[in-house]
Amino acid sequence: METISQGFSRAVNLIFSGDRELFEIILLSLRVSGAALLLAALIGLPAGALFALKRLPLRSLVINLMNTFMGLPPVVVGLVLYLILSRSGPLGILSLLYTPSAMIIAQTVLATPIVFSLSLAAIVAVDPVIRQAARTLGATPFQEALTLIREARYGITAGIIAGFGRVSAEVGAVLMVGGNIAHYTRVMTTTIALETDKGEFDLAMALGIILLTLSLLVNFGLRAMQRQGQVEARFRQWD
Amino acid sequence: MGLTLELAHIYKAYGGQQVVTDCSFTFEPGGTYVIMGPNGCGKSTLLRIAALLEKPDQGEVKFLNGGNPIEPDINLKRRLTMVFPRVGVFNTTVAKNVAYGLQIRGVAKSEMQARVDSALELVRLTHKRTQRALTLSSGETMRLGLARGLAIEPDILFLDEPTTSIDVANTKIIEQVLRRISQDKKLTLIIVTHDAAQAARFSGRLLFMRDGNLVDHL
Repeated sequence: METISQGFSRAVNLIFSGDRELFEIILLSLRVSGAALLLAALIGLPAGALFALKRLPLRSLVINLMNTFMGLPPVVVGLVLYLILSRSGPLGILSLLYTPSAMIIAQTVLATPIVFSLSLAAIVAVDPVIRQAARTLGATPFQEALTLIREARYGITAGIIAGFGRVSAEVGAVLMVGGNIAHYTRVMTTTIALETDKGEFDLAMALGIILLTLSLLVNFGLRAMQRQGQVEARFRQWD
Repeated sequence: MGLTLELAHIYKAYGGQQVVTDCSFTFEPGGTYVIMGPNGCGKSTLLRIAALLEKPDQGEVKFLNGGNPIEPDINLKRRLTMVFPRVGVFNTTVAKNVAYGLQIRGVAKSEMQARVDSALELVRLTHKRTQRALTLSSGETMRLGLARGLAIEPDILFLDEPTTSIDVANTKIIEQVLRRISQDKKLTLIIVTHDAAQAARFSGRLLFMRDGNLVDHL
């Protein structure tokens, strides 16, 4: 108990002391997760919208696969990417293994199905009269799609926030493809695992506090988006 | 010059039931047409087919400009609009809802503003322009739907049961607006209603839907 309370107070001190290593790790974590999320949004949102709006071939297979991939075990993603990116792998020539780029790829793979599935669900849930209205007011199919995406914005944002929650807390895949190299690929989650292994709890706890705060913020954001969506859905029922 | 709408031998069935049967009719530009008939007789289906929102099983929907047929492309579709009984309100302000059709046509901002203002004034919603559209009452929502359709200055305005689920005060405003448009004769009005008293209040040509076809009298 004493270890926990002492560790906690030292961790808080570390956070407020402006420790360089700590902030370097936080910054890299945010950079990797932010880039992965951006890529996941760039791939997942248009793809989700496409499958929501068009009767594409293999539609239900793709949707089922993406729903399944939402729960993809990070270590499996790490393993597959390791095999692909390692020197003898098909993309070994790119020398990406143990770089932040490899970590970004791993997190993109984890976040994309979440952004895809939640965007798709949000767009499909938009009242069909909205699409009808856009069409009769002269929207081209592309303008119609943009209108529906805008109408589904709360659900889509919730999906992106959920994706961020998933990747920022993830440890298995980034550890396997990033290698947890000090000052290069060491992020919050991998540092916590390493420091705990070493019995050095100050940095681990400090990062734990930051990660938890981040997770709290993500959840607050998610709840706020869901609440906003619910309020507006209620208004629609009166319509 | 306005658009002439020609329906030629239209057929449409739903779930094995024939709702529109060999329907042919010509709607002249600037005219007002009121289509009556009981619920489920196929009026709304016919309206959707005429507004190019649905394809007929058989037959042809033709648009003519000065006697010349026009391709049913996006440019033609942008000369038609329809107000549905359930107005699909966009989750934004009243003014932005009205501006939608103009925005997607790339209308200049100053002109857009003027057209939005005049459409809102016509349906008496100017005081609600900055309000979120989803917070309007059902009557106001229908007036918004009408303003949104009018703002794009269509050649043909289709209205499907525009006052079915709204109160007397809002019905009165909508009917006033429609009568004014009808008198101006700048656009073709095609109104579907099952309310005989309302149909009588419009000075347009009265049509009935009988056995899936449009007829002048029952």
